[in-house]
Parts: sequence; C-alpha cells; structure tokens
Amino acid sequence: MSEITLVEAITQALAHELAADERVLLLGEDVGVNGGVFRATAGLQQRFGPKRVVDTPLAETLIAGMSIGLAAQGLRPVAEIQFMGFIYPAIDQLLNHAARLRNRTRGRMTCPLVLRSPSGGGIHAPEHHSESTESLFAHIPGLRVVVPSSPARAYGLLLAAIRNPDPVVFLEPTRLYRLAKEAVPDTGEALPLDVCFVLREGKDVTLVTWGATTRETLAAADALADEGIDAEVVDVATLAPLDMTTILESVGKTGRCVIAHEAARNVGVGAEIAARIADRGLLTLLAPIKRVTGYDTIMPLAKLEQAYLPTPERIAAAARETLEAA
Amino acid sequence: MRRPADAGRDARGRATQGAVAETNTELRLAGGAPPAETVAQFDVRCTRLLDSDGTARAALPDFARDADQLTSMYEEMLALRLFDAKAVALQRTGRLGTYPSCLGQEATAVGIGRAMARADVLLPTYRETGTMLARGVGMAEILLYWAGDERGSNYASAAAKEDFPICVPIATHAPHAVGVAYAFKLRREPRVAVCVLGDGGTSKGDFYEALNGAGVWQLPVVFVVTNNQWAISVPRSAQTHARTLAQKAIAAGIPGEQVDGNDVLAVRAVMERALHRARDGGGPHVIEALTYRLGDHTTADDATRYRDAADLERARRLDPLARLEQYLVREHGWSDERDAAARDACSARIDKAVAAFLAFPAQPPTAMFDHLFEELPAALTEQRDSLKHE
Repeated sequence: MSEITLVEAITQALAHELAADERVLLLGEDVGVNGGVFRATAGLQQRFGPKRVVDTPLAETLIAGMSIGLAAQGLRPVAEIQFMGFIYPAIDQLLNHAARLRNRTRGRMTCPLVLRSPSGGGIHAPEHHSESTESLFAHIPGLRVVVPSSPARAYGLLLAAIRNPDPVVFLEPTRLYRLAKEAVPDTGEALPLDVCFVLREGKDVTLVTWGATTRETLAAADALADEGIDAEVVDVATLAPLDMTTILESVGKTGRCVIAHEAARNVGVGAEIAARIADRGLLTLLAPIKRVTGYDTIMPLAKLEQAYLPTPERIAAAARETLEAA
Repeated sequence: MRRPADAGRDARGRATQGAVAETNTELRLAGGAPPAETVAQFDVRCTRLLDSDGTARAALPDFARDADQLTSMYEEMLALRLFDAKAVALQRTGRLGTYPSCLGQEATAVGIGRAMARADVLLPTYRETGTMLARGVGMAEILLYWAGDERGSNYASAAAKEDFPICVPIATHAPHAVGVAYAFKLRREPRVAVCVLGDGGTSKGDFYEALNGAGVWQLPVVFVVTNNQWAISVPRSAQTHARTLAQKAIAAGIPGEQVDGNDVLAVRAVMERALHRARDGGGPHVIEALTYRLGDHTTADDATRYRDAADLERARRLDPLARLEQYLVREHGWSDERDAAARDACSARIDKAVAAFLAFPAQPPTAMFDHLFEELPAALTEQRDSLKHE
C-alpha cells in the first residue's frame, strides 16, 4: 500500500464520497479545472463532471449561502473556502443560517453541509493566509468543528463530516498538508466526530492539542521522554462538540495538563478546556493547568511566524513546570 | 496572435459577444476607427395593467377574465389585510412580540403567491406573510412564530414543506435561493426558487453575489424585490443612486424589470412570465415590485419620526385593495353586500386561527436542545439535564 499525504487523504475521502453518494457535490474557488490551490480536489472534476465539482465565482458569501440551499434540498455540499483568511463572510451564513436551520424549523429542514478550509500558519504564506481562528466557529451552537492532524484522521474525519446530517466546519492544517505520509486504505470507514484521539499514552502529564500543533506536541513528548517524563498526548480533533470525557480521564490519571494550540490564547478553545478541567477535575490536578499558544498579537507575516507558533521547547518547558509544581 | 480587424464583429460592424475586449484592442490600432463605441445597452420596463382607479389600461391576461379568480384574489388580499391588523392588535395587547406589518403590500404578496406552482420553493423575508399564507402556511403558525415559538416555522402544509423559514437578516437568504435552484437544475426538476427581499436588501453584497451566481449557472430562480420605498427610516432615494432597483440585475447578465406592486394582476402576470421562463430553462429573473409600506417598519417602530404625512397620504391613494375592488365593482358587479360578507368570512377564519394559536401549549424549556443536532451529542446532554432539573 502506497503512502499518501494529508491533502491526498482529503482528495481520497472526497472521491470516495462523490462515488458512493450521488448527493455529494463539491464547490468553491478553483476547485474544478484547477483542482484547488492546494490540489485537494485534483482530478475530481475530470472524474465526476463540472456539475458536481463546481468552480464558483469568487464570492465566499455565495459559496457558503448556496451550500445551505443545496443542503436544504437534500444534497450534500462540500464547499471549499480557499484560505481561512477569506472565510469570514461565510460566518454570517454559518451562524445565522446553517447552524440554526434545523432548530428554527423544529427539524423540518436540515443543513448537512461541510465547509472545508485550509487553516493555520507555518508555510510562509502571504498576509491573511496563516491565522487559526477555530474558536470563532467552536463558539457557534449547532456547528461541529473538526481539525484533523494526520492523513488517516483527515480521511476518516472528512468521511464522517460529509455523512453527518448537520453542518461541519472542517479546518485543514496547511502545514501538515504535505509534511508526512502514511498508508490510508480507501475503506470508506469514518471516524467518530465526538471523540478525542490519544496519540501517545503516558502517566506523568497530559498534553492536549489539535491540528498542526500535534507535531510540536509529539516532539515535545519525545524530548520529555528522554528526560524520563512520560507524557500523554491527546488530539482533540473535534473542537465542537468537545469530548471532555477523554481529556478528564487523562488528566485524572496524570494530574497535570498542558494545552497547546496555534491560535491566540485569549478566548481560545484552550481556555474552554481549562475551564472545564477546573470545573470537573480540579481535585485531580497536582499543578496549575498551563497553556502554550500563539500570542495575543496579530499573526506576524512570514518572517516572524516561527516565533509566533508554539515550539516543542515551549511545550516541554510548560510540562516541566507542571512537574516542578508537584 | 494577430486577428483580422473585423474579427468578432457582425455584418453591421457591431461587436459580437465574446470578442468585445479583443475587438476593442484592434480598434485602437486601426486608423480612422472611432475611439470608443457603445458595447452594451439596456432598458428597464415597468408593467401596470390596472390604473390606480381600477381601470384596465391594457388587455388583461386570461386569468383576469375569470370573475371567480379575480374575486378570490381580492378576498385573499382582504384576508391578509385583516389578518395583518389582527396581528398588530395582538402585539398591542401583549400576545405577540414585535410584528412587521405588511399593510399596503397585499397585491405584491398575493400576486407572487398566485403565480407560484406548488412545487416551487419560497424564500421569504419577514414581510411576506401574504405569500406564505398563499403557500398554505397557517395563520396560527405565523402568529406562533411572532409570539416567539420556533414551531411556527414547522409548516404543516405540504406545499410549504420545502419553503424556507422567514429570513430576518437582510438579503442573506438570496444565496440560499441560488443553492435551491442549483439543486433543481442538477436534478432536472421543473421547479423555481422564489426569493423575496426588500429594497434595502439590494444594497447588500449577498444580493449581488446571489444574482451573479444565478446568472453564471442560468438557474431557475426569480428574485422579487418588494420595493416598499423604506428600509426602516431610510428612503429608497438614499438607498442607491440607481434609477431602478431592477437594473441591478443587468450587471449580473439577468433580465430585470419593474411591475406596479399595487396591481395584483400585473404582479401575477409578470411573475408568471418569469416563472415560466425559468422553469423552461430560460434562467433567472429580477422583478422589482413598486409598492409602499403603509405601516411602521414593525410594531417597535414609529414612522412618524421620519416620514412625511403627505407622502403617506399620497401612497394611501394607491391602495392595492381599492384598486381591484373598483375594477370588480365596475366589471363584475361586486357590491357592498358581497364585500361585507367577504369581510365576515375572513374575520371568522382569523378568529379561529387566533383561538388555535392562543390554545397552543408551550414548549418545555428543554425543547431548545431538541433540534440543535439530529442527535444531541453526549457533550450536551449534561446541560440539557441540568435545565430539566432546575
């Protein structure tokens, strides 16, 4: 079995669902003839035709809004927003319509759409191409927010997102698109959308993370292991709804928690996780919860972006602090 | 690549489609040719069949030669006017929350509703009460919604099953109509999406993005701009410098036209034409219905703060109900007695709906969790259960 990258796993999942379910269609800017600026939809228009792999005008409100109309009509639109910096016009559509259509019609209408977008920094991209603003979406009731961190999880989670009967925002870490390869059999098996993944088991400290920062977090765990510190790494993957059961179990075991994410700290998803641990797991804690995050600054342009992103060193240092506390 | 100077031009020297830009380049190179020429022109027409005094000014369409059709349209407008007044009264007595009256816009609402086929899909704003009623949405459902109960948007009517609930944000539903129409075209269904919005909505990018998309894919969608002259306190003249709102369609390559929105016969006729064309694969259409909001923006508004009494008085003289009534009196023997009987029948129907609305049992608080997702995620059951036990 040949190994594929995360972006190829996305393509594989999209192709699988286009072939398996005639209700599925893709739309977005440059997704058709060009196969997407990151090649996530490469070859799909040739295979499934221009009516199901649709190049749209350059209009994010239209892309998100027409997806709602398509979804309400029983189709399964998977829309691509080219970069997360351009997703904000779509928030109006997601918040005011997609997330509440089922609720406000008491189930008469539903909105099974997926809005995919590259997310995060670290690829020396131009301005507006590097932010991680997942907490904006995680704050919206009625939306699911998913962030994969490996080719296999990208494949399984995207299948689940497309099959889910409710709207899903699917944020793909651009930094991981081509960073690693693994074998991803095209089995059509979806992963659950409400369970964290324990990427590494350990007993001394829990490192909670998601998306691209799983790389740095796993590297930090390796460095800590060299010092005899046994870190457990939890990939949250589905930021909404949040699986606190897995996180609380892990923190209950280790008594220490470091939350690492690329997004700015203030009102980040890490704050919510920390608050819920404080609420439900405070007495299991041996040390204060630490957060290693992007700074509460504007995401710098390419020359300074590495200084902004959490590093294995910062994550490991925070873990050591929790061990020094008790 | 060099092309002959006459490439992309027809026999009379006009630029033909698809070659305009290149032709213009050639024009600059060719000695003696005019430095500029008109490459696109448009006009916007306005249709009116009945004058404001109820006189037919043109041959009427077939449906308007049928007295039963005409009287039932009149009765539908009458029912809407009486229902609307009842809703305002219910708000004044604390039974409804904020309610947006559609007083004065009855002809537009009923004309759209009458023209639509059952299988079409309506995407309304909050002032489309009349069109919603025409689609079979219940009066009690509409009252339930404005009283603050989500179940009011769970329409029982089969015809309205796929209709969108009212859109409160301005023009954000216009892109939804594009998606609905794309689905119709993809499945080769002879159906049309009908998106109704107001004059203020045409200032939003959502409106233009939707028109543009509908034009690109030539989708079966009709956008009706109910131009009631006011976006809360901002008059149409301050909304845009464009001469008409209909012409905004032209930029998207879509036909746009006006209709007298207080002439129910004209609205229905123009709407039927646009729907037929869209159903036949002819693509999208924009219709600007010229009417007037005789009431306040909503029950929370007071239009006397910003609107001239004289302006309102002028608009009252163009009343859509009086117009059709005068025609009916003149041509079909409509009488005060028949009018009174029609009013009584409407009132009885409205009273029955109000009674059903008032008797509707409240939802339990936990209902807010019932339709958040198809299945409530485990992460949320705790919150729901805590509400249950409070």
